[in-house]
Amino acid sequence: MRFAFTDDQKMLRDTVREVLQRECAPEIVRAVWEGRADGARTAWNTLAETGVIGMTASEEFGGMGMSELDLLLPLEETGYAAMPGPIVDTVAVGIPLLEAAGTDAQKERWLGPAAAGEVRIAVSFEGRGIVPHAASADVLIADRAGAAYCVPIDEASVHPERSVDRARELGSVSFEPAPSHRMREDVGTLGLFALGRERAALATAAQLVGLSRRMLDMAVLYAKDREQFGKPIGAQQAIKHRLANALIEQEFARPTVYRAGWSMATSARDAEVDVSLAKIYAGQAANFVAKAALQVHGAIGYTIECDLHMWMKRAWALAAAHGDSAFHRERIGRHIL
Amino acid sequence: MDLSFTDSENVFRDECRSWLEANVPPRALPSGDTKEGFSLHLRWEHKLFDAGWAAVSWPKEYGGREATLFEWLIFEEEYYRVGAPSRVTQNGIFLLAPTLFEFGTDEQKDRILRPMARGDVTWGQAWSEPNAGSDLASLKSTARRVDGGWRLTGQKTWSTRAAFCDMAYGLFRTDPEQTRHRGLTYFMFPLHSEGVTVRGVDRLDGDEGFAEIFLDDVFVPDDEILGGVNQGWKVAMATTSSERGLSLRSPGRFMATASRLIDLYHRFRDRSDPVLRDRVIQAWMDAQVYRWFTFQTVTRMSNGEEIGPDSSVNKVFWSEMDVRTHETALAIIGDALELDEGSPSAVDAGDWIKGFQFALAGPIYAGTNEIQRNIIAERVLGLPRK
Repeated sequence: MRFAFTDDQKMLRDTVREVLQRECAPEIVRAVWEGRADGARTAWNTLAETGVIGMTASEEFGGMGMSELDLLLPLEETGYAAMPGPIVDTVAVGIPLLEAAGTDAQKERWLGPAAAGEVRIAVSFEGRGIVPHAASADVLIADRAGAAYCVPIDEASVHPERSVDRARELGSVSFEPAPSHRMREDVGTLGLFALGRERAALATAAQLVGLSRRMLDMAVLYAKDREQFGKPIGAQQAIKHRLANALIEQEFARPTVYRAGWSMATSARDAEVDVSLAKIYAGQAANFVAKAALQVHGAIGYTIECDLHMWMKRAWALAAAHGDSAFHRERIGRHIL
Repeated sequence: MDLSFTDSENVFRDECRSWLEANVPPRALPSGDTKEGFSLHLRWEHKLFDAGWAAVSWPKEYGGREATLFEWLIFEEEYYRVGAPSRVTQNGIFLLAPTLFEFGTDEQKDRILRPMARGDVTWGQAWSEPNAGSDLASLKSTARRVDGGWRLTGQKTWSTRAAFCDMAYGLFRTDPEQTRHRGLTYFMFPLHSEGVTVRGVDRLDGDEGFAEIFLDDVFVPDDEILGGVNQGWKVAMATTSSERGLSLRSPGRFMATASRLIDLYHRFRDRSDPVLRDRVIQAWMDAQVYRWFTFQTVTRMSNGEEIGPDSSVNKVFWSEMDVRTHETALAIIGDALELDEGSPSAVDAGDWIKGFQFALAGPIYAGTNEIQRNIIAERVLGLPRK
């Protein structure tokens, strides 16, 4: 029993943290919000150069063959930075699906370039026709009626939807399946897509942990800085207790997500229960911290001039994405009751 | 990261399980917070010690089996899983002993640890005073230097099981020139000695689990000081860190409560509704999450990291989880919840209303959760004190 990341895993996290501090500052997120930049491309390219974008691809396709567990800390950092773009979709879900179920031609065209950061993957699970980053992605991976498809985005029709988090770049997606779109059927494709859903939930939970950390950092910084009644508002017990509660929520979500990553990486028994726990606690923590951070900021937090709102809205969206609390609690209920 | 148990950890678990299943009293003992129950619990403690299970993580020379911290967690999981008796030795084994290992002299460890672990000498805590609760540093009890030792005078209160214990430990002001945290010394002192009066106080659940201790010029020799004269605050903080951290409340206890709750839920299924169902699921999830959190903390401790103020995060979580879980049980039981222990029709012999009352103490003892949140805000988040 050893519940800690390796030095290598922490080094990779530190690398991602530095890249995003430099290349995905709040102005970048804001620029994407305002439609002025396309998904933090500079940061995406640098992450690709450092191998993060391709980390789940095998060496044959230019990746590092890394596991769900290895993904968690880098993804947490992308949450911390509120990094725009389909990183969960491409790295955690799309690349592994493409590699496991893509035809040779599909892999040839998309997999190497995706691992190199040149193309981006959007994912549409059955029943989820509204797809994040549909417009800015290059290729769509989808399952419909028991079959799997890999569709160049310009062969699909994408109608923009508007998320409360403008950086989500939502689109409603449909496509006419063509033979060239079909993915392999001889590899247990349905099982692979089920696994993909688990990975999407886990990776989203990791981002939620990062979002929580950032919102708490913002609130603490503000509480130390902002003075009323002649002293920092953070000296007031009401503020202290609210932020202490936020920390507690966050600190219990974190190991829950890590546990789920280990369970998936080792194909542990009942891994989906651990994923559900991770998604619930990470989502609840992010929503809790968002509300606490807003309250601590007061009126300035209630404006879109203040950066907080971009993190808060991402948290709302991600807490409900890939299974909200009700969905995952029901899954756990079926397991234990 | 490797979250599987090793072969030797699994062997250890099997060993714990088979001994406990063969030896745990078949019928629950009366509450250890009553005079009669306390002595029955002590007999159980003797048995635990003689078989080497009283303090598994201690060195062998003191009666332990040098188990790792993870093995200790495994022992606790098995202990609570079989419903073994509550540990009336806990204020010694889980709170004083870690402090002794850190600050005690060899003479003190040799003299104190084995009788403590066997339950031959039992220990109570004596921190609070009538006017020093959350603000412990405002305490008034004093120790006066005399030939060969000290004379203790003052009043301590809310001392768990002190009405039945042999010894207690607490802080006394040894330097009257100093104020607050400075000039305090950590003393261990006898409860059956000239000048000591102990008066039991009935707790919320009616058991005489509390006591007040009156000290009137009580002689204590020098070797009952732990960690040096005027060093008491630092030493006391080590004890409170154990109390807030995991040594007092390991996950096994809460996992066992969650399992009993699920069993209760099934038995009262006809009263179920989606809200109750969600609350039962929540209770199970909280216990599970506390387990992962603890494994992470124990890994840090095993690497020699100091846990420090992070233990406050732990304490708030388990104490509030325990209240919620018991509230859920009472909601399942419905109007029969009021049937107390000793009432013929009580559900599960009144364990849930009893456990609920015990749980309600959690957010108060070991430093109220308000104090814990102050500590988290100031020492973990770095918010200004003033």
